[in-house]
Amino acid sequence: MSVSNDIVQSLVRNKVEFVTTVPCKQLAGVIDIVENEPSIMHVPSNKEDEGMGLCAGAYMGGKRPCIIMQNTALGVTFNTLSSLTQFYNMPLPMIISYRGEIGEKVAIQVEMAKHTKALLDELKIQTYHFHEPEDIKDLDSILNHTYMSRKPTAILTDSNFWGGY
Amino acid sequence: MIRSDIIKNLLPVIRDELVVCNIGLPSQELHMMDDQPTNFYMLGTMGLSSSIGLGLALSQKAKVISIDGDGSILTNLGTMPTIANNVADNFILFIVDNGSYGSTGDQPTYAGQKTSLAKVAEACGCENVVECQAEEAVDVMKAALASDKMTIIVCKCESGNIPVPVIEYDAPVIKYRFMEEVKRKNA
Repeated sequence: MSVSNDIVQSLVRNKVEFVTTVPCKQLAGVIDIVENEPSIMHVPSNKEDEGMGLCAGAYMGGKRPCIIMQNTALGVTFNTLSSLTQFYNMPLPMIISYRGEIGEKVAIQVEMAKHTKALLDELKIQTYHFHEPEDIKDLDSILNHTYMSRKPTAILTDSNFWGGY
Repeated sequence: MIRSDIIKNLLPVIRDELVVCNIGLPSQELHMMDDQPTNFYMLGTMGLSSSIGLGLALSQKAKVISIDGDGSILTNLGTMPTIANNVADNFILFIVDNGSYGSTGDQPTYAGQKTSLAKVAEACGCENVVECQAEEAVDVMKAALASDKMTIIVCKCESGNIPVPVIEYDAPVIKYRFMEEVKRKNA
């Protein structure tokens, strides 16, 4: 629960006011806190590319956006990340539940974990991997970097970071 | 009437509003007929016009019109419950429903067959859904703008396209000038 709270506090400190989420067991705590954080407008989306569209609109409306999602969805967002977020130079921090890494309990999750970093690398998206709970200390500077660069960034958060689920 | 007739008729009504315009021919037609910095042309990402428009409407005060198509709504059908459950009274979703994928050669969509997008919108919980014919588009749009209520318009028309040039703007230019208009309207 504490890293969940730390993530949301970092979002608030960095004036992130628009967050969209697609659920994952590992993200249940952080989604719950986002929903109840008064300075954040939380708009759950039904699919991650839809959420990236919402974030593009929110950014053009003057709000700092963020998407919280699971790594298994990266494949369906490839076109949106490329032809919307990157092509129009829009910032988008993606806080991604990195399922299928050490500590995973569900074998199928490993399949997309094998592709996760390769997909992000193919898109040339700057990627940060949170493995220890204390890695959260970098989130402020990653968020700042993302809005400065006006590009998507990926923050992969694995099972060890979350302390299991 | 075809889509380009509807867009042409709507120009006097929408030209001062923020317009998020669907990928392909709709954006190219709007760009050719009335290029404005208040137009956000989608050069890619089929299906996200309504999502971009909703995110924009929820994030600032000015009115936002998303011009979408039946095929693009079907591509991103999950947008409807998100719109219904996150009401932005400065948002109008205008769906040109010509029953075809116009930009790719007029292949038929399911919206031109058994599927009613107006009924989909209503079933998803959208409260102000208007289905109209192409000839009624201007009056329906005027009423929606005057209502200050989030409105979903499904405008039925014939399929068909006119020759249009591609949009030569770089995407960040489209974004930049659009965001300047958003700032100006919210100043």
